[in-house]
Amino acid sequence: VPDADAPLADDALSAEGRAVLTELEAVLADTRTAVERAATPEELREASSHALGKRSAFATLQRRLGGLDPEERRQVGARINGARQAVQELADRHRETVEVADARRRAETERLDLTEAVGLARGGRSGRQAGLRGHLHLVTQTRHELEDTFVAMGFTVAEGPEAETDWFNFEALNMPPDHPARGMWDTLYLDLGDPGTVLLRTHTSPVQVRLMESTAPPIFAVMPGRCYRRDTPDARHLPVFHQIEGLVVDRGITFGDLAGTIEAFTTAYFGPGMSSRLRPSFFPFTEPSAEFDVTCPICGGTGIRQGGGGACRTCSGSGWLELGGCGMVDPKVFAACGVDPEEYSGFAFGFGIDRLAQVRSQLADMRILIDNDVRFLSQF
Amino acid sequence: VLAPLSWLRDFAPFDQPVEVLADMLSNLGLVVDGITHVGGGLDGVEVVEILDIRPHPNADKIRLVDVDRGDGEKLQIACGAWNMGVGDLVPLATIGTVLPGGMEIARRKMRGEWSNGMLCAAEEVGLPNASGEDGLLILPPGLAPPGTPLTDALGIVPDVVFDLDISPNRPDCLSIAGIARDLAAALELPWSLPAGPPAPPVDAAVPAARVDVDSPDLCPRFTGTVIEGVAVGPSPAWMAQRLTLAGMRPISNVVDVSNYVMLELGQPNHAYDLDRLGGGGLVARRARPAERLTTLDGVERVLEGDDCVIGDATGNPVGVGGIMGGASAEIGPATTTVLLEAATFTAMAIARTGKRLNLHSEARARFERGVDPHLPAVAVDRFTALLAATQDTAPRPGPTTDIVSENDLPASPTILCRTAKVNALLGTDLPDAEVASLLGRLGFDVSAVGEGVASVRVPSWRPDIDREVDLVEEVARLHGYERIARTVPEGHRPASGLTTYQRFRRRVREALAGAGLLEAWTTTFLDPADLGRAGLPAVAVEVANPLDRRESILRTSLLPGLLGALRFNADRQAADVELFEVGRTFARPSGDRMLPDEREELAAVLSGEGRDATTAAWLWALLVDALRLEGLTVHADEVVGLHPTRAARILGADGEVLGAFGEVAPEVAAAFGLRGRVAVLHLDLERLAAQPTRSELAAPISRFPASDIDLAFVVADGVSAASVEATVREAAGDLLESVALFDVYRGERLGAGRRSLAYRLRFRAPDRTLTDGEVGDRRAAVINAVELAHGGELRG
Repeated sequence: VPDADAPLADDALSAEGRAVLTELEAVLADTRTAVERAATPEELREASSHALGKRSAFATLQRRLGGLDPEERRQVGARINGARQAVQELADRHRETVEVADARRRAETERLDLTEAVGLARGGRSGRQAGLRGHLHLVTQTRHELEDTFVAMGFTVAEGPEAETDWFNFEALNMPPDHPARGMWDTLYLDLGDPGTVLLRTHTSPVQVRLMESTAPPIFAVMPGRCYRRDTPDARHLPVFHQIEGLVVDRGITFGDLAGTIEAFTTAYFGPGMSSRLRPSFFPFTEPSAEFDVTCPICGGTGIRQGGGGACRTCSGSGWLELGGCGMVDPKVFAACGVDPEEYSGFAFGFGIDRLAQVRSQLADMRILIDNDVRFLSQF
Repeated sequence: VLAPLSWLRDFAPFDQPVEVLADMLSNLGLVVDGITHVGGGLDGVEVVEILDIRPHPNADKIRLVDVDRGDGEKLQIACGAWNMGVGDLVPLATIGTVLPGGMEIARRKMRGEWSNGMLCAAEEVGLPNASGEDGLLILPPGLAPPGTPLTDALGIVPDVVFDLDISPNRPDCLSIAGIARDLAAALELPWSLPAGPPAPPVDAAVPAARVDVDSPDLCPRFTGTVIEGVAVGPSPAWMAQRLTLAGMRPISNVVDVSNYVMLELGQPNHAYDLDRLGGGGLVARRARPAERLTTLDGVERVLEGDDCVIGDATGNPVGVGGIMGGASAEIGPATTTVLLEAATFTAMAIARTGKRLNLHSEARARFERGVDPHLPAVAVDRFTALLAATQDTAPRPGPTTDIVSENDLPASPTILCRTAKVNALLGTDLPDAEVASLLGRLGFDVSAVGEGVASVRVPSWRPDIDREVDLVEEVARLHGYERIARTVPEGHRPASGLTTYQRFRRRVREALAGAGLLEAWTTTFLDPADLGRAGLPAVAVEVANPLDRRESILRTSLLPGLLGALRFNADRQAADVELFEVGRTFARPSGDRMLPDEREELAAVLSGEGRDATTAAWLWALLVDALRLEGLTVHADEVVGLHPTRAARILGADGEVLGAFGEVAPEVAAAFGLRGRVAVLHLDLERLAAQPTRSELAAPISRFPASDIDLAFVVADGVSAASVEATVREAAGDLLESVALFDVYRGERLGAGRRSLAYRLRFRAPDRTLTDGEVGDRRAAVINAVELAHGGELRG
């Protein structure tokens, strides 16, 4: 392929060839200017088609190639094509500039003084028609009800970051690196710090640690918030979910206090006649540990499906709904947080807010919580 | 863990009703996930042999199978399973059978071909599906002659199987013996190893096993026993049934006995064909660099120096210690001499190797949690005794070679237990003797060392217990959580309630819901491409191990999620959609901080008929009023992702940026597939909460009438209404009660680039009626000031 920009020796060309090349330079300069002058996408389209189309000056020059001998035709033709291509590239580059400017110009015609709109709205004049009241998300409503229940029982509400260090999420909670219990939670890690040191909290328990590190007992707090697990979403699990956790630390706190507090919460939240039970379980951060169940709020503890008969689908006929985990704060957790386990004792409990909402509103599939379908959101 | 009741009864006389036992197990923390009654409803189910399998002429998903019921006749069955072959023994539900699930079997035509019964899957005959495969229950070859009732062939006697969820701290309960021990302790029943047939005596003529340990830190105890006179064949029906009920598939007597011992005692063990074992011996050692071994699951594993390898005497690896064996020296039909391995491996080492190789097995599950180091010898005796019971001729075990490194074995601690501490933590009033009795029943060796203090030796099968508080849990568990009186904490509590910020956040939500918006909840994760689509900088915290590339970064803004939600609704023909969200956003940390810069933000998007940037302005005005904010300003500005001439920034009282509102940029809306204008507002909620609010002091309400004047100024479009209003307020003085923009007019008469802003000014004095002169003076001052400051001329 001959280099289009390589100088052609004048003496190698015929007079006609030289004439074509001279004219080519003029045409190139003219079309360049025409393209660059285009200020709108329409002008640019016109300029491009004028400069490069079938009736363009380039095309006219091309037609004159027929009068040249083959070798000369090839060389001069390559020059014409090169020039043409340069104009095409220029037009492409210029198009972006022109389009940005055009969008800008259109935006200019739409300019609004928004302080004017704020002023009108303050004066009671807005273009928007007043409709019905909106709705808080089902999960927010559930969280607020839970917070209010615990506040009425004398608790504060504490919060903490969703992105946490390994220390707060695992190590301070009696799960050193390589601890097999870590396998109970599939963790999402972040690309911060050393690999595996910064993560999305798998439970709200890191807030316990932060609270104990910053606050002297007595502590009576609940900690609601968003948590994360590396779970494939299904009807009962979302990788992003909400938990509420409680922590009580004081002198003389007992397992009986834990059971009594859970019972008081159950009655206050679910209503009279509803009760709770504790059964042994295992968590690295509590000892003794328990699962706690509450009377199934759907069948009222009968285990019988209402209306149709047969076993209640929510509790599989047991009459009990597995709600969450709890236990006495493990002395190793106290030690990590600088609390003396010989002086103080305490308990913690936690459960899923979304799961509770799912049970109470009988959601067949939890994924509806994050679809944000207005037909769902406006029901609650 | 699947625990058949009949097997549990080998250890203690559990005669209570099944429901009582199930409740008791759950109350011990051995949670019963399910109870299966087996062996009922199998009248009419027979063992049959498959003679032929051929396609169904009229169906693709079912085939025609000829079976033999032992009468030499071919019986045709239509069957939808695909896992069987000619010659297999399978269960047939004959005509008239009512299966455990209630299904009644009749002769019927399936797509024009007769089916004379139903071939059954494990679940259909009430048995656990040991293989985990879909399809028929394939019975062990030679189990019984065709025509034998299935109950006779499998030795099925009615039984109950508990499906237990064992928590990871209880490796001892990954065995029938351990479960029975807890249950017996709770019911105060005596517990003992099954009587059964005695182990055959050690035969001095059989050589001692050649086993050795090179890495006692990984394998602190290793026993080897040579057993001669082994006759490989099918297991007796009772053993096959137990294994099946416990979820394992019977294979041959030697393999079955090995599994039986593991399930029963919790001691994993491995039987090698001694004649096929290189050098006739075993060594437990560290893996050599890049040593390779193909495990029984057919996968080639590359080992590392801290992995424990079982090698043969010629240096070849034959298994990953404590996790899985290799295919060499596997027991086969011709095996006559077995080398039995029963060992103790270090839990942390097993966990590490298992995790790295991603290799799961029954052995790993037990060893990585901790197996009683006293068990190998017990397991060897049980193995030989059970093997003898499966053979016509007695096997001949040689002496066991037992290599122990006491220092590397987990020690059984002795713990001081204070009765006062037990009662203080539980809120109980148990006497010393009761605490001692509860622990004693669980196998703890308790001796009093003083008033209220006992020395407690932990049994070797409880690696989870090494502190006083662990004993407290054992006491509570056996005493019964339900018997502990429920109390509420006494003592002083700090002030409760929501924080100022939490109350503020609730008011924000209530205000927006009150204005008609719906609260959304979008995920924290974004697709990296969402940032570009939303016009946001391409910098975000990344998830190192995302489930999905489209959810691999943490959101830096709530907008992509909300715009996605608008699109979701638009796709479902919901046109007028107004959403808001309160949630955290994440920016990469600055400086040497480890954690992301996490902020709680508020964002709202409003789409549909009549919504544009002025809707967002209305929403902002509404929030300012609802939250009683004061001193905030709004300035036209360009904001990323927002329409360049229809956006304004919200500035705090000290000038910091709190957020912005306006319209979503057209190209952003287009990128999210949205049509029309989208109003948008976003705010840093925590910064907003820190802004000054209107005074809480009540302003006096004047009894005197007000004087209203309306003034319309014609100003250039470049002059903001906010600045005109500020000038008006300044010039009107302290008798101005309120000022409201009530009309904006643009028209040809005013000329291009100009509009009229009409304000209503209301003047009032607290103590008198204003005179026309007073109002007139102020009117003149305002007109003058607006003209001076903005060139605004009064519109006539």
